Amino acid sequence: MSGQATIDAMTAAPPAVGAAVPGAFRRKLPGRIVLLVVFGFLYLPIAVLVLLSFNDSGLPTSWSGFSTRWYVALAGNGDILRAAWNTLVVAVFATLISTVLGTLLALGMETRRRKSNGLEALAFAPMVIPDIVLAVALLSLFSRLNLTMGLHTIVVSHVVFDLAFVCSVVRARLKNFDYSIVEASRDLGASGWTTFWRITFPVLLPAIVAGALLAFTLSVDEFIIAFFTAGAGRSSITLPMQIYSMIRFGITPEVNALATIVMGVSATALMISQWLNKEQVR
Amino acid sequence: MSFNATRPNLLAAPGVAWLMAFMVVPCLLVLSYAFFQRGTWGGIDYTFTLENFARVADPLYARIFLNSARIALTTTLIAILIAYPAAYAIARAPRMRQPILLFFAVLPFWSNYLIRTYAWIVLLNREGLINNLLRAMGYTGEPLSLLYTESAVIIGLVYNYLPFVILAIYSTLSRLNPELMEASRDLGAGPIRTFFRVTLPLTLPGVAAGGVFVFVLSIGNFVTPALLGGGRFQMVGNLVYDQFLTANDWPFGAALGMALIATMIVLLLVQARATSHASGERRGEAA
Repeated sequence: MSGQATIDAMTAAPPAVGAAVPGAFRRKLPGRIVLLVVFGFLYLPIAVLVLLSFNDSGLPTSWSGFSTRWYVALAGNGDILRAAWNTLVVAVFATLISTVLGTLLALGMETRRRKSNGLEALAFAPMVIPDIVLAVALLSLFSRLNLTMGLHTIVVSHVVFDLAFVCSVVRARLKNFDYSIVEASRDLGASGWTTFWRITFPVLLPAIVAGALLAFTLSVDEFIIAFFTAGAGRSSITLPMQIYSMIRFGITPEVNALATIVMGVSATALMISQWLNKEQVR
Repeated sequence: MSFNATRPNLLAAPGVAWLMAFMVVPCLLVLSYAFFQRGTWGGIDYTFTLENFARVADPLYARIFLNSARIALTTTLIAILIAYPAAYAIARAPRMRQPILLFFAVLPFWSNYLIRTYAWIVLLNREGLINNLLRAMGYTGEPLSLLYTESAVIIGLVYNYLPFVILAIYSTLSRLNPELMEASRDLGAGPIRTFFRVTLPLTLPGVAAGGVFVFVLSIGNFVTPALLGGGRFQMVGNLVYDQFLTANDWPFGAALGMALIATMIVLLLVQARATSHASGERRGEAA
């Protein structure tokens, strides 16, 4: 399925060199203009937001000087700090569980003799199912079981899509895995357990960490499923839920600062993830 | 790897169990709710009925469904029109630069959806950047109300899903054999003809993959219509949201959710068929 191929391309290591250039690229200018316009469209709105977060007046109407006062204001906002803490707790636990389960699933799927279509569909579904559907399905399950919802139910829910992405990243690495080194290790008398920890695991480690960072980012940024599975009350509000309730009523300078921090954290985690993925290919 | 036959299943088991328990079972549970009645106090009355599905087809809701489909389709078409030239330009950039271009095209997609949508509130509102720019350029009329319109919703959706379409199209463009285009040129076709007769048809699977994805995510979206449409534009996602969190009619919400999933499955199947058809044709040509 082509959708699967695209998801693979998103999570896989980038090619060391790009694709073959179709024909000679004689006219460079149109291509550059297209890229400039599209990247402008993608990054200008974000750039405006970042710039505004440092605007002293906090208003988009005029620039009244550089200031970090909106960041200082954030640090004194108890609601936001609690939401940030909740987000961190959810993301850390969801990442730990999904990294272990996703890696094992990837190993299981790639070492099978025959590809199982059912297994492929199961591992692909969390990446394409509309969030709102998974959200109401999980809400229905938790309330049917009469569970008290809170941060733990958000963790359980986030693991569903996190583990699919970790699995996808690790599988991409396993596809280029040279199984002869495993055989060599076994031939030299190492047990299966020793071989895994001394050979397979170190080779896979960059992909596992890259997958974990991706899972962490997805979990930190996820809103809809967290919103439905957090339960009532303010005690288990996460950062995206906090942001949603703030921006529904328009622009506040504090949100600009918060958005800048959240984007910065995500971008850093993704760049490290991508860099790890790239290193291992060489 | 010297794995025996049961080891792979053992390794996959915990992940499979998790997905079964927290994805497959919940989805089946919601599906089953769609066949029951709403209880008097908002709970579920376990009496079999098909009424919820009949209500999905009710003109009132069918109109919301069609309207969402129209917005999602417009979004999809615009996204493809922007993404194709971008993917093409990336595929034609110097080889060493392609991975980095691709990375930065996709980076926004992984970052916070709410924040990316919020950025457009900042740009489009009456006191926002676009109105300010217009004023600076000498426009003296009333500030334009760009926010809380259907266009704002479409802009927000295109903005959020564009990276995925670029990637989907790039991944087919990059696998294209450049000799095919050269052959077309050698046989006397101009660049435009080569593009429409050779390049475009061969990259349609990528266009379809990206398109289906954007359509499905747009039609089920409730954040963007709520934020950029100001709640004035009901989409299927908002409807599901309302049934579960405000109207407390879970069986009807479940039926709507299932309609969404059914739409997605049909589109994915059509796309898979189209893709295998296209690659079959390609094999045929090569033979």
